[in-house]
Amino acid sequence: MRPAPPAKHGTARTEQIILFRVSGQLFAVSSSSVKEVRAADSLTSTASEVSHPSLRKVKHVVRRGGKPLFIVSGALHFGLPPAPAALVFVLRHTQTALLIDGIEKMTTMTRLQALPQAFCHEERQWYRGLTALDQSVVPVIAPEGFLTPEEIDLLDASLAPEEALEAESTGEAGWTQ
Amino acid sequence: MSFSVETELQSFVLLRLGERRFAVAARQIAELVAPSRVFRFPHRTGEIEGVILRRGRIVPVCDVAEGLIGKSLKSRRLYLIAVRRYESQSEWVALPVTGECELINAEMSPPGEADAPQVAGWLSYAGDVIEVLNLNALTPGPSPSAAPAAVLAAGEVRPS
Repeated sequence: MRPAPPAKHGTARTEQIILFRVSGQLFAVSSSSVKEVRAADSLTSTASEVSHPSLRKVKHVVRRGGKPLFIVSGALHFGLPPAPAALVFVLRHTQTALLIDGIEKMTTMTRLQALPQAFCHEERQWYRGLTALDQSVVPVIAPEGFLTPEEIDLLDASLAPEEALEAESTGEAGWTQ
Repeated sequence: MSFSVETELQSFVLLRLGERRFAVAARQIAELVAPSRVFRFPHRTGEIEGVILRRGRIVPVCDVAEGLIGKSLKSRRLYLIAVRRYESQSEWVALPVTGECELINAEMSPPGEADAPQVAGWLSYAGDVIEVLNLNALTPGPSPSAAPAAVLAAGEVRPS
């Protein structure tokens, strides 16, 4: 006779997140969504310029694995006052690299609450939801919410062919997950 | 022989915004709480000023005074936590109010054709005619065409 399996207690599922700041505002991102963290200079110094009148938040592009990686200003995306960015998150499964002020800390969240439905504009694309941490509320960003497929098409189309070819792989400084 | 006139008395919560009083159906009110810290983050929904934490829930704060009396409340003493109905579920919304609220029973007259969408009806109480608020029209939410996606996104999401 086999012993009964140990009773499963209702342990909360957790998710590791990175708390970071953009223009002083605190955000969170799932650490599994961040492919690399790099010094902003190391990425932008090797980037080509790109511009589209309706997408001021994207000023640089680098070529990664045959695909352009668009560097998005977190401040302009969220409508925050401009602030110098020290780091870049290269976001997994996207063509987005996000300029940020810096990392606050890594921690875990046990509960992600969907954005209340009273929020009914672009923020529904920006955030996966909200989480309560240390008696504070932090929005958890959606990595795919920085550039829509249509915006990526616009940026792709605005890349000059030679720029697209010349855009290089990036430098060494940074952390790869 | 005596006739009894049946009136449909309902419960309402009277709230004060500046100098004016409004009413909300009592069944739509969860509680009245003291102001707590408002957490703000970037978004594009103008009527929402942030969120508060209440009983483990994250509750959006919607300042309805601007739309009703033409100015935001300078002094707010309490939050009326109202239940806002969406397509398939309800969520809490915190409405800043100026002072204490009052629970009354009254008969509501239906809104007129010329009334704004935020008017659910009218009460006559203590010599005043008081507007009953339609929270669904007054507070923001997804447009009907966007409802299916919004409903999918609603509720609690377990971390992946």
